[in-house]
Amino acid sequence: MSRKIFTYAALLMVAAIYIGPLLWMVSTSCKTSSEAVADPPRWVPVSDVYLDQRARGESLGKALPGEISHRASVIKENYYDKVIADPGFDFILYTRNTLIIALLSAGGAMLSSSLVAYSLTKVNWRGRGVLFAVVLATMMLPFTVVMVPQYDLFRRLGWIGTNLPLWVPSWFGVPFFIFLLRQFYMTIPNELSDAARIDGCSDLRIWWQIILPLSRPALTVVGLFAFMGAWRDFLGPLIYLAHQRTFTLSLALQFFQSRGGGTSWELLMAATLLVIAPIIVLFFLAQKTFIQGIATTGIKG
Amino acid sequence: MARVTLEKVSKLYAGNPVPAVNAIDLDIQDREFIVLVGPSGCGKSTTLRMVAGLEEISGGEIKIGERVVNAVPPKDRDIAMVFQNYALYPHMSVYKNMAFGLQLRRKELGLSRQQIHERVLEAARILGITDYLERKPKALSGGQRQRVAVGRAIVRNPKAFLFDEPLSNLDAKLRVETRAEIKKLHLRLQTTTIYVTHDQEEAMTLGDRIVVMKDGFIQQCAPPLEVYERPVNKFVAGFVGTPPMNFIKCKVEGKTLAFGGQRIGLAGQHPGKVIKYAGQEVFLGIRPESLCPKNAGKFAGTENGISAKVVVVEPLGDKVDIYLTLGDNHADYMERLLVCRADAYEFGRIKANDIITLYVDLSRVHVFEPGDNGMNVTLSQETGYATA
Repeated sequence: MSRKIFTYAALLMVAAIYIGPLLWMVSTSCKTSSEAVADPPRWVPVSDVYLDQRARGESLGKALPGEISHRASVIKENYYDKVIADPGFDFILYTRNTLIIALLSAGGAMLSSSLVAYSLTKVNWRGRGVLFAVVLATMMLPFTVVMVPQYDLFRRLGWIGTNLPLWVPSWFGVPFFIFLLRQFYMTIPNELSDAARIDGCSDLRIWWQIILPLSRPALTVVGLFAFMGAWRDFLGPLIYLAHQRTFTLSLALQFFQSRGGGTSWELLMAATLLVIAPIIVLFFLAQKTFIQGIATTGIKG
Repeated sequence: MARVTLEKVSKLYAGNPVPAVNAIDLDIQDREFIVLVGPSGCGKSTTLRMVAGLEEISGGEIKIGERVVNAVPPKDRDIAMVFQNYALYPHMSVYKNMAFGLQLRRKELGLSRQQIHERVLEAARILGITDYLERKPKALSGGQRQRVAVGRAIVRNPKAFLFDEPLSNLDAKLRVETRAEIKKLHLRLQTTTIYVTHDQEEAMTLGDRIVVMKDGFIQQCAPPLEVYERPVNKFVAGFVGTPPMNFIKCKVEGKTLAFGGQRIGLAGQHPGKVIKYAGQEVFLGIRPESLCPKNAGKFAGTENGISAKVVVVEPLGDKVDIYLTLGDNHADYMERLLVCRADAYEFGRIKANDIITLYVDLSRVHVFEPGDNGMNVTLSQETGYATA
């Protein structure tokens, strides 16, 4: 029993390290600009008025309703009036831009990576071991190394200023996902593809009708990773997008932070929360498949 | 239904100079049930996979019917295969699993949906799986899955069935039952069948002929009883039969074989065939049931007794397996204990540490040249078996 308490305490401490900044962000996004920079910092967003009232000994029942309606108006102002409905900051447009890139990236990564992984595990061809090693090797290259040549490539293609460089590459196989799916496909018995071959399937059909349905958990992981990667990517959009109308959310956040010179922390936090909320929701929805996909050990016929 | 012919078929894997299958010849008759048997790595599965088209052929020619199929893809070879782990599509129902192959080639085969439906139902009826056509493989027991796998093969009405160790994943009891069903199915459908197993008992009970393989070579190809009674070499003799044949290392001395101060005389035509090995070492092969603790009946004779000490007695019901040692120097003459299978009612009282004399049925002994693949020198010359 005491051991269990200890375990929980340790887990809670680690969890606090991760959730602390998030909570602080939520707290800050519900404050007015003066509250946001109040010293000492307040974890719970409350106004000076409310604190005064309480200090003077007014009852909770009297002080709280006023504070709640004040807080509600602050939240509405921070989230809606000054972010979503701000004419200078087209939140809906940026969301749409991001969504398009993220969906195209995820779709491309799932299809192309699984096709490559299929050929690396279920089709026998000369040099497939070497190719796999090359695929792995590209994973070792830091983005900063390929950044400049890649930029040059896309410049020659005339893609600078469009969102093409941000999603087209994922339609040509993503090394990490190829690796992930290959490991998963290796747990699918070869007899299954042999049987399908005898049944009259071509390789493409085996991939599409046998392997893909069986790899749903792993594919979900790939889709989510790709989606989240594209959703929160900052460097890519920064390099390739030129016009404000094409900005993604992460890039727009940066723009949001630096317009007007200073930083309005409460607005930045509100905007940031709006940006990460879809991902958090997505993760919770797909959590079961997601964990299963990462921890999956195989299937039995 | 068709004849399947293998001519000088070889399989070489990249990076391995030793062929997995070494120029084997095999002529499988129409409607025949042939079993490839051998220890793991002997090339039996590779051979089967080459017939299926799942493995490329490195050399030689395979014919199904009268058509050379070397370059024909598996789906066009008109064969059906049953795999060891069943290889059922986990995301499809039993019905879909069975119908899948036919649906894919519906136009090619000129089948209507109704005809496919009828074929699936007919196969399901034959195999007794009608009740769970809508289930997923996950919800079936091992034996049921195996039936579905067989069902998937028979709906296609192929020229040949290929079985790759189909019973290995079943428990002992189910294995025996399913074995009988496969035999029954073959009698009913009369489809040419090639069956791979490592279990010699399965091979003996199922095959019209069995093909014993080792190291990529066919050691012997003959009907089961012939393989059992007339093994061409020491490997085949030792591989087929449980408990395995006893091998005693002996020296040829005139018409007798000597080992550890004991002596076994040879009878019939054997002395004449063994004479050229005079003074050399050979292996005397005796099946456990060719030994008896009593000098009577077919075991009656002179110079046919082996004195040995009982180590373990294993009662099997009507029979009893008696394991014995030849004495302190046992290991010089035999790799394993000497084993005798005797009648339990008569000899059930023999117990450990008894010293008894076993009498050999001299008409059924074999003499092999030295070496793991030593030729059986007691076979008549006119039977020309292919040996490695």
